[in-house]
Amino acid sequence: MLQEESDLSLIIAQIVQKLKGSNLYSQLERQAWASLQRPEIKLESLKEDIKEFFKISGWEKKLQNAVYGELSVFPLPSHPAAPPEHLKEPLVYMRKAQGSWEKRILKSLNSMCTELSIPLARKRPVGEQKELLNKWNEMGTDEPDLSLFRPVYAPKDFLEVLINLRNPNYENGDSLSFRTHLGLIQIPLKVKDIPELKECFVELGLNTGQLGIDDSTQVPPELFENEHVRIGQKVLAEQDSAAAQQYIRQGSPTALRAELWALILNISSEPEDVLYYEQLKTNVIQHDLLVDSLIYKDVKLTASNDDYYFVFEDYLYQVLLCFSRDTSVLSHFAYNSASPPKSYIRGKLGLEEYAVFYPPNGVIPFHGFSMYVAPLCFLYHEPSKLYQIFREMYVRFFFRLHSISSHPSGIVSLCLLFETLLQTYLPQLFYHLREIGAQPLRISFKWMVRAFSGYLATDQLLLLWDRILGYNSLEILAVLAAAVFAFRAVNLMEVTSLAAAEAVLADLSTLKVMPLLQIFLFATVT
Amino acid sequence: MFLSALREHARIYFVNPHKNVPREGQKSEYHAFQPSTSSPQGYGRQDLTFENQNYKGHGLSKGKEREGEWDFYWCDLSWLRENSDHTYMDEHVRISHFRNHYELTRKNYMVKNLKRFRKQLEREAGKLEAAKCDFFPKTFELPSEYHLFVEEFRKNPGITWIMKPVARSQGKGIFLFRRLKDIMDWRKDTRNSDDQKDDITVENYVAQRYIENPYLIGGRKFDLRVYVLVMSYIPLRAWLYRDGFARFSNTRFTLNSIDDQYVHLTNVAVQKTSPDYHPKKGSKWMLQRFRQYLASKHGPQAVETLFRDMDNIFIKSLQSVQKVIISDKHCFELYGYDILIDQDLKPWLLEVNASPSLTASSQEDYELKTCLLEDTLHVVDMEARLTGREKRVGGFDLMWNDGPVSREDGPPDLSGMGNFVTNTHLGCVNDRKKQLRQLFCSLQVQKKASS
Repeated sequence: MLQEESDLSLIIAQIVQKLKGSNLYSQLERQAWASLQRPEIKLESLKEDIKEFFKISGWEKKLQNAVYGELSVFPLPSHPAAPPEHLKEPLVYMRKAQGSWEKRILKSLNSMCTELSIPLARKRPVGEQKELLNKWNEMGTDEPDLSLFRPVYAPKDFLEVLINLRNPNYENGDSLSFRTHLGLIQIPLKVKDIPELKECFVELGLNTGQLGIDDSTQVPPELFENEHVRIGQKVLAEQDSAAAQQYIRQGSPTALRAELWALILNISSEPEDVLYYEQLKTNVIQHDLLVDSLIYKDVKLTASNDDYYFVFEDYLYQVLLCFSRDTSVLSHFAYNSASPPKSYIRGKLGLEEYAVFYPPNGVIPFHGFSMYVAPLCFLYHEPSKLYQIFREMYVRFFFRLHSISSHPSGIVSLCLLFETLLQTYLPQLFYHLREIGAQPLRISFKWMVRAFSGYLATDQLLLLWDRILGYNSLEILAVLAAAVFAFRAVNLMEVTSLAAAEAVLADLSTLKVMPLLQIFLFATVT
Repeated sequence: MFLSALREHARIYFVNPHKNVPREGQKSEYHAFQPSTSSPQGYGRQDLTFENQNYKGHGLSKGKEREGEWDFYWCDLSWLRENSDHTYMDEHVRISHFRNHYELTRKNYMVKNLKRFRKQLEREAGKLEAAKCDFFPKTFELPSEYHLFVEEFRKNPGITWIMKPVARSQGKGIFLFRRLKDIMDWRKDTRNSDDQKDDITVENYVAQRYIENPYLIGGRKFDLRVYVLVMSYIPLRAWLYRDGFARFSNTRFTLNSIDDQYVHLTNVAVQKTSPDYHPKKGSKWMLQRFRQYLASKHGPQAVETLFRDMDNIFIKSLQSVQKVIISDKHCFELYGYDILIDQDLKPWLLEVNASPSLTASSQEDYELKTCLLEDTLHVVDMEARLTGREKRVGGFDLMWNDGPVSREDGPPDLSGMGNFVTNTHLGCVNDRKKQLRQLFCSLQVQKKASS
């Protein structure tokens, strides 16, 4: 009991510390001072009266949402004496692996730099600045020569790194046994099995209404949909983050989704936020970074070629170019196993005073990165709001998909979860695919790294991302990947090569996500 | 079905030298021939084709060219012009155009008919009802209404106008202007060039008020292509296809460059020649995606209203030419409606095409068009399988059957207070395969029961 209490007070102290630096704190202070004018505030019972005032005026709700947001994002401290690296990643070998992967990426970036003799960053001449400002809303029309640029890495390169990850303390033994893991990932991390997943995702059960299933044309809306929409509107009226997160586990109605996501991510468009975005825009105009070309290349290669997202090309530039310059993103490296790459001013290599983070936000984009933003363009049209939502989604979820860590939502765990589910519940299929040289992870990896963006139809993708937000976890990606394999199992059993297996799974655009998940979790005989 | 072998850029037609109406149970034997006339210039259509071997198995085979010995003809408009007057057609024969379809599909005639219809509505039902016809921008036929046009032009200085040739398609010959001077120059040019060509008559144009506040997605202008199948005008029976698409212009919309036709004209034919055009992209969104996008931005109510307004456009435009079109029980027509949405979510009718392009720009487009054709043939029902009381066949919903058609089954709510919802599902889920299966199954059962 005592331990729990001291843990709690530690957590409270940390959150208070964090919130003290935020905007909300100064707003609350201002509100408290202003409230002194009100007649109901009396000097004798000052504390209670102000608390009461906050409750009525909705400021308490805002504070609640902020606290809830912090709890969702920050991992709980394990021990007061734990060094900061442990917050990033407790396992040493994982940290080492991430470190060497980062070195490789940086080397690749530097060599591209020297090869093309382009500086990592340069200040734009005034003429160029003016031109860019004019073209800000249509940067997609620009056709810079990007042929010499290559993406720094692609998901399949990252997969190779994960395949070669080994725990030095784990002795697998040479003999094969029923415990042997037949997949590509050879790390002994704890992953959930179906009974545990059923408990975790209880709201996706057969007896609970879902959007994506119970709103289909055959089902009369009175049965579930109307009531669900009504509750959604109520949740929005109350402006309660925690309630929204619980609500969205059953899916979000199309009309309410944009606001619900903003509520869960605790994004409110204050004038300061818009100003911050404008500041970032000015940074983009004034300085040109090498990563900008990488971003251009990525957008042109992926989103512009997509049948549906090509329309939003300009928004993607506006978001991603600003994102690279946003130093507030650096704070997420406290709980990300990755570390921002450092670069040194010319001639001052090794001197810490002349070190800067490059790119300023510490995130080097890879092939397909722009697909994280593309689906959001469907929901948000105001650039600064779109930007905030994307940034929050990145620092809460997406960063885990391309850094090596032992977190249950990290990509390593997701891969292991996927393979374990397949091996345990579809052993024949798994074995068959392995025999023909088509390890299932080789096909599903790219889906999970992109959180299925660009592979599923947009409305299905948004239903999936509803659940990511609702459960505050990415495990559902691995479950969906396994469910897709289960769905196409009959065809997959007949293929005889990796290429044929890829062909069977090439087109996911007709899949309905929620029925697949429901059947896999709740209706398969285990 | 036999349309599974459709490919782009080919041409063909169905024909039956046996002149048999297939009886129940008898496999329909349609033979096709390729007409000797080539596609007339100015229409620039690509027509669909069958590969010989592929449709043999489906009851179709390619036959020899023989005049007048066919049951079903998906004809060229030029053939229609030349032959329809003196070709005798048996009762069961079907032909894919109405003789004077141009009353609806040529811009100047359509405008004339709409204006006349609007006046009539105002007389009969009042201003409010007539206002429902205000879905086409102010249009003047040139050169006949030149002076009226100049008057309107002077009343609204500074607005942009668009000049469209009445009989051309795919964006040819269209340009924008703001000053009378621009069209004075153009008038002189065309007059000069026409003097040299004695045979070609002066082309008619319409000048139309350009919609300066189109709805933009991703900063781009787009228009909607919707398919309406008319089986007869008297009585008016029209079907609306659930699928369709939004065509995007490749460049961002701005009123600064009215010379840049790539910005303003959204036809794929024009966009294909734009330097930004990437053929893989296709620059199209299926209507389902468009509807979802609007719903997430404006809410389902606003979207419902928009689509109701579009239904209104289809019905009123057809009603306006109902009495003018030469009614012929052999004829049916598949129209391609071009609709533009403005920023207030008001739909505008740009034009109606009698021969909508059936060339596919992408795999998805190909699927849409083949399914569209297949369902058209189902509705035309050469095999006489339908009872005539169906409200839905595949992707087509019966929109108007000599009166509005309600989504609800059962007797019509005549009290006028009920929630009348039209039987249209534009941009909604199109589970046509399932519906067709169920439909034909139940038809078979009915036939068995009655025999």
